[in-house]
Amino acid sequence: MLNKYPLWKYLLVLFVLLLGLFYAAPNLYAPDPALQITGESSAQQIDQKTWDRALTALNDAGIEHFGEEIDPDGRNALVRLANADQQLVAQSSVSRALGDGYIVALNLAPTTPDWLSNYGAQPMKLGLDLSGGVHFKLEVDVDAAVERRMEYYLNSTKRVLREKRVRGFVTLNKDDKIEARFKTEEAREQARELIAEENPELILDRVDEVDSWNLLAAMSEQTRKEIADYSVTQNLTTLRNRVNELGVSEPLVQRQGQNRIVVELPGIQDTAEAKRILGKVANLEFRLVANLDAAPSEKQRFQYRSPDRAGASEWLERDVIITGERVSTAQASFDQNGQPNVQISLDNEGGTLMSRATRHNIKRRMGVLFIERKYRTRYEVDEAGNEVVVKVPYDEKRLLTAPVIQSALGAQFQITGLDNPLESSELALMLRAGALAAPISFVEERTVGPSLGAENIRKGVQSVYYGLALVVLFMVLYYRVFGVAAVVALSFNLILLVAVMSMLGATLTLPGIAGIVLTVGMAVDANVLIFARIREEIVNGLSPQMAIHSGFARAFTTIFDANFTTLIVAVILYAVGTGPIKGFAVTLSVGIVTSMFTAILGTRALINLIYGGRRVKKLSIGGRQS
Amino acid sequence: MKVINFMGQRKLAMCFSLLLLIVSIGSLATRQLNWGLDFTGGTLIEVHYSASADMNAIRNTLETTGFSGATVVSFGSDQDVMIRLPQGFSDKQGLELLGILQSEFSATDPGGTVELRRSEFVGPQVGDELREQGGLAMLLALGLVTLYVAFRFQLKFALGSVAALAHDVIITLGFFSVVGMEFDLTVLAALMAVIGYSLNDTIVVFDRIRENFRKIRRAEPSEVLNISITETLDRTLVTSGTTLLVVLALALFGGEMIFGFAITLIVGITIGTYSSIYVASAAALVMGVTKEDLMLPVKEGAEQDDLTP
Repeated sequence: MLNKYPLWKYLLVLFVLLLGLFYAAPNLYAPDPALQITGESSAQQIDQKTWDRALTALNDAGIEHFGEEIDPDGRNALVRLANADQQLVAQSSVSRALGDGYIVALNLAPTTPDWLSNYGAQPMKLGLDLSGGVHFKLEVDVDAAVERRMEYYLNSTKRVLREKRVRGFVTLNKDDKIEARFKTEEAREQARELIAEENPELILDRVDEVDSWNLLAAMSEQTRKEIADYSVTQNLTTLRNRVNELGVSEPLVQRQGQNRIVVELPGIQDTAEAKRILGKVANLEFRLVANLDAAPSEKQRFQYRSPDRAGASEWLERDVIITGERVSTAQASFDQNGQPNVQISLDNEGGTLMSRATRHNIKRRMGVLFIERKYRTRYEVDEAGNEVVVKVPYDEKRLLTAPVIQSALGAQFQITGLDNPLESSELALMLRAGALAAPISFVEERTVGPSLGAENIRKGVQSVYYGLALVVLFMVLYYRVFGVAAVVALSFNLILLVAVMSMLGATLTLPGIAGIVLTVGMAVDANVLIFARIREEIVNGLSPQMAIHSGFARAFTTIFDANFTTLIVAVILYAVGTGPIKGFAVTLSVGIVTSMFTAILGTRALINLIYGGRRVKKLSIGGRQS
Repeated sequence: MKVINFMGQRKLAMCFSLLLLIVSIGSLATRQLNWGLDFTGGTLIEVHYSASADMNAIRNTLETTGFSGATVVSFGSDQDVMIRLPQGFSDKQGLELLGILQSEFSATDPGGTVELRRSEFVGPQVGDELREQGGLAMLLALGLVTLYVAFRFQLKFALGSVAALAHDVIITLGFFSVVGMEFDLTVLAALMAVIGYSLNDTIVVFDRIRENFRKIRRAEPSEVLNISITETLDRTLVTSGTTLLVVLALALFGGEMIFGFAITLIVGITIGTYSSIYVASAAALVMGVTKEDLMLPVKEGAEQDDLTP
């Protein structure tokens, strides 16, 4: 028994180590505090003149800066600051110099050298508890959306029965079902057919009472789920658009579970401002395009919202046909010829208003306006002589589209003539964003200040250091040369852990750091198992080389079983946990896997290098070996 | 190596465990857990004063401005203050509170600032769900682990290890209840880690028991268990020791936000080490584990025999 690895195994360990070093390296380069400047709309380019204005503002405020760059397309610009304390001052002076229309966001610009980033090596992302920022959890009131849809069904049932002259008494009962009562069975059957035709998704039940033939219409579970999905995605889209306005460098807007949305905004301190923007309302207006000979007092000019039509505008009549509240759904779809279109349904009243307005205006065009509440920033001096920032709200109205009315429109109609499916889905999205969404409420909010974040990092790193030092000391004292090998493997494990986390793009949180500390303690377990075995085998009278071999071989199943069960627990934790807890589960799982590699293969390679291929009388592994 | 008669002391150990369990369950039943904000819902604000803060003044201010029921505690230093509002305050009132504190403080100390370190608002429904989810996760972990141990070892061992895990979890929870420390999400995560850790320990012992049952021809089950535990004792203590060292470092240097996490692990690992020595194996012994349970299956279908006692 010589305990020599074939060359390829040494090379494999070396290769993995180098790969780990390479991908862990970006974490050594501390990011620069920076400002990121973006135009509020895509038409808003950052040209040299704007840029000079921003930089002059920085110079005037006496803020040191470097590494100024503008993206080739002029959408984004970045300037790095020498001092993190000046970031807030820099932000306010630049946003003041540029005025409205530009978003100036705090950012941390990575300083990863090109030779690393060219191969995809990136530093780990920091969780909110380390970087500071706001975490919101919002709940979409699905019940309200369902209720609204029920009301729509009620109205459409009443309408269709009235139109076909079926006499009955229709109400919404307390179980949120539509109850229709008829005097004759024939009437009921006729109504049943009509309702099924009008709204096939309703589930219809016949209920007989004395002198009354009733029909109960309920929403299917499927439809209910669709409405829930629809209202959550609708809110999700709107929230994404609004978060962009906040000027956060790496925001997260994510659906969670049935009806929740998580919004994470790193670097944001002003939760009031964030909530104001997230909670704001958009609306729609449908108006006829004004005739050429319309009097100036009867028409208004609006610009198109889409950047492709920047600068183009239309004159619309002042009279509003309907607003967004009347729009129930808007969905991108295809007509029978495969052409993309957007299908819009209005509620009953909306349908009536729409048909009244369009009946006599066929071949004219109708404009759809998107209305957003925006804020203009003003700087005022208050009584105490301090300068205060005042946000003045105003409504920005932009034209989404202005199609030709082909026929009298009712509660359901399509917008056709769209160029491609992308255009139709975007239009549907904007229509939905402007339609009255299901209401949302904040159910959870967490803010971590930047100073606490920095302190968490410092303390976390400190405890990793101390924990590591203690373990190193113990292992070397207890297992001598073998302990040194284990410690080297442990450091290797930490590097690999950081490398894998960086490669996965995982987020590091404070519990995540705790997971790393825990991994340090538990990773040596595999080595302890092996070394204890080797000691036993020596006591049993095996030769040193045999003892090494059998120690590694026999400890393996134990190590595997023990680690696999811990992995099960970590995976469950990941599935159930949120935010920081997920971070803990990730480091724990990754740590278990990397520690198996380093403790078994890594340590073995080292031990083989030290003891392999020669005659050894005694192993330096501590303990009694007589 | 001298074999230590662990199984001989199992009656004593059982009494000890029982005592701890009774105290824990008793405390959990009467005092319950000091649920953290994550589970109860409510608002929490942590602020840093630029000079030392007067707790009583803050309490009075809150009382007079309509924030009755708020708990105000200092932690770390006399400049750091944590305020917790019970459920029922809206998500907007946290910021309002900060403004009040700031204006109050600048009145007494011109130029003094109150810096927001951390604020949390948790709605009532979120807290309830979390409690339910946490409990479910714990049960799921126990269930899956039992399955795996039953599959890799044998049902009696699986039950033994689950008994040990439940023992550890209940006693750790009991510790939190007796001491009255806050039970938040990080503590729940640590508790899951304790499950993983304690199981890890137990499996190492079981692995050796399986090996020894196959190796040692003529011996009583309790003797085989004693030999196995003695043989793995060194490893059990060393691993617990190194893990305890790092967790201690975490408790001492990791800061407030991670303290509960570290304490859970310290308690859990200590109990887990004890239970993998005394509880898991003893439970398997009580259920009558024998040599035949662990013999390598001779042919297909022999495994089924394993399940019948």
